Amino acid sequence: MSASNTASLIRAAAAKRVLVLDGAMGTMIQELKLTEADFRGERFRDWPRDLKGNNDLLILTRPDDIEAIHRAYFEAGADIVETNTFSSTSIAQADYGMEGLAYELNFEGARLAKRAAATVTKATGRQRFVAGAIGPTNRMASISPDVSNPGFRAVTFDDLRLAYAEATRGLVDGGADLILIETIFDTLNAKAALVAVEEVMEEKGVELPIMISGTITDLSGRTLSGQTPTAFWYSLRHAQPLTVGLNCALGAREMRAHIAEIGRVADTLVCAYPNAGLPNEFGEYDESPEAMATMLGEFARSGLVNVVGGCCGTTPDHIRAIAAAVEGVPPRKLPEVAPRMRLSGLEPFETAA
Amino acid sequence: MTNAAASFVNIGERTNVTGSAKFRKLIANGDYAAALDIAREQVANGAQIIDVNMDEGLLDSEGAMVIFLNLIASEPDIARVPIMIDSSKWSIIEAGLKCVQGKAIVNSISMKEGEGPFRIHAEKVRRYGAAVVVMAFDETGQADTYQRRIDICARAYRILVDEVGFPPEDIVFDPNIFPVATGIDEHNNYGVDFIEATRWIKANLPYAHVSGGVSNLSFSFRGNESVRAAMHSVFLYHAIAAGMDMGIVNAGALPVYDDIDPELRELCEDVILNRRPDGTERLLEAAQRYKGGPVERKETEQEWRAWPVDKRLEHALVAGITEFIEADTEEARNRSTRALDVIEGPLMAGMNVVGDLFGSGKMFLPQVVKSARVMKQAVAWLMPFMEEEKRLSGVDESSSAGRILLATVKGDVHDIGKNIVGVVLQCNNFEVIDLGVMVPLTKIIETARARKVDIVGLSGLITPSLDEMVTVAAELEREGFDLPLLIGGATTSRVHTAVKISPHYHRGQAVHVIDASRAVGVAASLLGAGKIAYMENIRREYIKVADTHARGLAEKKRVPLAKARADRFKIDWPNYTPPRPTFLGTRAFLNYPVAELIPYIDWTPFFATWEMVGTYPLLFDDPKIGPPAKALFDDAQAMLKQMVAENWLTANGVIGFYPATAIGDDIALYEDETRTTERARLYTLRQQIARSTDRRAHVALADFVAPRETGLADFVGGFAVTAGIGEEAVAERFNRANDDYSKILSQALSDRLAEAFAERMHQRVRREFWAYAADETLSPADLIREAYDGIRPAPGYPAQPDHTEKRTLFDLLDAESATGIKLTESFAMWPGSSVSGLYFAHPDSHYFGVGKIDEDQARDYAARKGWRVEEAERWLAPILGYEPGSREAAE
Repeated sequence: MSASNTASLIRAAAAKRVLVLDGAMGTMIQELKLTEADFRGERFRDWPRDLKGNNDLLILTRPDDIEAIHRAYFEAGADIVETNTFSSTSIAQADYGMEGLAYELNFEGARLAKRAAATVTKATGRQRFVAGAIGPTNRMASISPDVSNPGFRAVTFDDLRLAYAEATRGLVDGGADLILIETIFDTLNAKAALVAVEEVMEEKGVELPIMISGTITDLSGRTLSGQTPTAFWYSLRHAQPLTVGLNCALGAREMRAHIAEIGRVADTLVCAYPNAGLPNEFGEYDESPEAMATMLGEFARSGLVNVVGGCCGTTPDHIRAIAAAVEGVPPRKLPEVAPRMRLSGLEPFETAA
Repeated sequence: MTNAAASFVNIGERTNVTGSAKFRKLIANGDYAAALDIAREQVANGAQIIDVNMDEGLLDSEGAMVIFLNLIASEPDIARVPIMIDSSKWSIIEAGLKCVQGKAIVNSISMKEGEGPFRIHAEKVRRYGAAVVVMAFDETGQADTYQRRIDICARAYRILVDEVGFPPEDIVFDPNIFPVATGIDEHNNYGVDFIEATRWIKANLPYAHVSGGVSNLSFSFRGNESVRAAMHSVFLYHAIAAGMDMGIVNAGALPVYDDIDPELRELCEDVILNRRPDGTERLLEAAQRYKGGPVERKETEQEWRAWPVDKRLEHALVAGITEFIEADTEEARNRSTRALDVIEGPLMAGMNVVGDLFGSGKMFLPQVVKSARVMKQAVAWLMPFMEEEKRLSGVDESSSAGRILLATVKGDVHDIGKNIVGVVLQCNNFEVIDLGVMVPLTKIIETARARKVDIVGLSGLITPSLDEMVTVAAELEREGFDLPLLIGGATTSRVHTAVKISPHYHRGQAVHVIDASRAVGVAASLLGAGKIAYMENIRREYIKVADTHARGLAEKKRVPLAKARADRFKIDWPNYTPPRPTFLGTRAFLNYPVAELIPYIDWTPFFATWEMVGTYPLLFDDPKIGPPAKALFDDAQAMLKQMVAENWLTANGVIGFYPATAIGDDIALYEDETRTTERARLYTLRQQIARSTDRRAHVALADFVAPRETGLADFVGGFAVTAGIGEEAVAERFNRANDDYSKILSQALSDRLAEAFAERMHQRVRREFWAYAADETLSPADLIREAYDGIRPAPGYPAQPDHTEKRTLFDLLDAESATGIKLTESFAMWPGSSVSGLYFAHPDSHYFGVGKIDEDQARDYAARKGWRVEEAERWLAPILGYEPGSREAAE
């Protein structure tokens, strides 16, 4: 299946119904109660640093577990699953001294997910897709980590661009159908990722649809780097992504207004995958599948979304309930957006016609 | 559809080392903290975008660009606006693009080094996600003629749009502003060439914008800032009219076009528009005289000047005298430990006197507004001292009765009433955040949240604003607000608030405020101790109102559209010969003499604006209102005189006449008198009210035009006039001077002048242009009583409540380019002091109100206009005699 064919298949499906994305990977991995030795496997038995918690590494050391989780999400009704590569950039892996594994993690991560997709596609006759996930890394390009030196940056645009390009190469070579830039709390990181993705696609002569997902970090209604949802969209719309939306940090209830705002200004598909509520006093996300599905079902019926799924705390049960809640609901219609110059700082700015 | 919201974008230029010596010095010395202050100040002063330029031979320009942009990113009050990354070196631009998370503008790229590098740079700009300024520059040099300018821009546009896939709306052309009046004849036409190239670009390169660095224009007058500023203002006036929509301008330093000494303005115009060969010489000669500033007049000291300072402050507040306020405030401050004590002591005491006098009906609104002007200027004087005290003590001690956000909603431009409410609230110790006109929903919500306001107040004058208010209420609800929501403005009503707004806002309470004098009482009740009971009362009252309204709707009988049509207003056509206008098509009137309009002013509504009820001139005889009304009238006369003498306002108008035939409820207008090719169609609405006791017809405007079957050659006219070109600048000038009184007075007068213009033009139409009443001799008072034949109904008003018809009228008249009046997305006219309408000549034509209509007509009207029914119901919402229930619920 060629890449542009994938894009048209996804677009055709999105025109007919609300698509479903998968739920949390981390939550599922926690359930496995793996030990340091499990994370290491044979290959990294003597690695000099602790590896427990490097969830992405399980692609290499517990591939069957990861593939099973992907399969569980597909079987629960997901049209698209995300690869387990949220932290598989050389920048994020540097914490474990594993920056050299970035390409391999992305490549294998995409292959595993594709294998799960093929299995379930074959079993159900419904086409399933894999989104190659690119996380924010643990460094920000527009905020200084040192309050007394606000001009300092722990990472530059070009550092990010190179790291993202390497990850993208792995994802594309491994067969990902889409690229998902997610949990964006600094828009400048995402801009670097978009440049990298475009460069890699040009280099490889492919064209994968891009999904963009920002994170409104708290009830202030802004990203961590300070942008409003509309300003966030204006900063990234040049990439003409397949979807734009939000994930993480908030539950569906808190996310609603921000998703609605994006939906009013974005002339592309809107995707929402909130957490299972806000964390309880134990830091756990405990919103039930039914409660979450009720809210996301309302998102769909109110015409706010084209793609829904779950982030932290969600499980295949959540996805099953969400898929059922949006079943048969017509997807959001794209707004007509007149051509005007739309710029942004932290806030949006629009010129007259 | 046009939206005047950001029709000219001011780009702050003071963070530009090539334009500001001060900034250059700070950067060279590495004083980035002070450099950031300059950026912050620009944003605070209203720069919508800030230009950052570090092109200086002795600097590490790339390093400075990166550091400065990184620092800006850490300052939310600067970083909220977009950045213009300005450099002539690509490497610096690219370094800058890697530092901004927002969508920036690159300034600039060009074909200086050929198409190859241009394509590469454009492709990168697109990939980084920025807009771009393209200089009119190619391999052979900078474009310096009209032809070269348009050729290069056209070529660049094709490459960008067709080859690179650059969004055309993200392209800004800079067709080069060069110095004029240099003494070299070849330079004389530079101004004209830029302006004409701008006009061509806007007409031929869809969605592209035009910008320029204005200060270059006056390069030969270096050292004479007043002449330079005048030249810039005059140039911008003409360039903006031609379509220039962005500019690097030090806006704060620019005089208002209409404020420029008329002689100097004409000299500048001669030079910029290249109107006479000796223009340069004459301007140079005159320039010497304009080096100094204006001289302030002195007044004699008066008796009250000998009183103690507290008494003087009180007197100044009550009498509205600003002349000594700064000196007196300073004197009071010197005797107090803190600046805040002056406000909380003598100033508040004085304002309490004003409040008591107003409350007991002994002072009137215009006087209160004057008092507020005095108060504002006193507070402005104290502000820097209080800031300093706050900085030293680290505590913010100011205490207000509550913080109130005011906004005229999106699509609407009218704000006199809102300004008055703001002043009255401020007089009563409320802190007012006035977001101005055409305020988008998100800005209201964000400001309400960020500034933690206690009350949100929405204002609007035209009917589509009612809808926008409902949207704001629903959004407040959705965003979890529970603040009181005040609703005010001419078309708002208690019923609308109760029926349409209140049900969308359960968490808080929407409250209709009928006029400015009630605002304080309502706001105080909503924030006071008894607020819960107060809101509960309002809630109950509104439920009752909504209930009564619903029953009323059900009870009020309307006749079916078919029946209403059968009962149309019948004109005796066989005994009528329609007069032919003296010309067909349009005629524009630019710079119409404002002095000629003054006798046509209807003063009664002017006083109503100030909440002084009574008919002019009888209200002068009223023992209570009389004296303050006379004082207001005198101030108005003085300002009118000044308006005329100093050309504050420009009045432009356009009229047109068209062959017309009524077709059902519509009116077809034709290209020519063969009446074969239809040029436009005017849709009209018909009364449907059931008439039980009288036999009056069910009228629509179409009834006043001869239908085809009569065989008569009838005509319809249209007009759009404004007296408001420049009003915004005048208001802004007073705003900056903390002079709300003069601001509101100037706005009220512009409004009246626009109406007077419509009246005068209609008179000339009857006498000269349509000439069906060539010998009509009516006094202005008779005109106000409408004692003449023919009518001039306006779209959006009772005889045709559909505002969207204005679009058709404006297109017919080409009114936007002919007069400078723009329509907003809600079809409000901008500037607000504008009037438009249709002309009907038949002596039986008359004003009427369509009243409520039924669903059959809404559907029929939608079908005729090619609308979906929902669309018709949205635009006609205020006159629907039924609840478009099921569809609304699905929204």
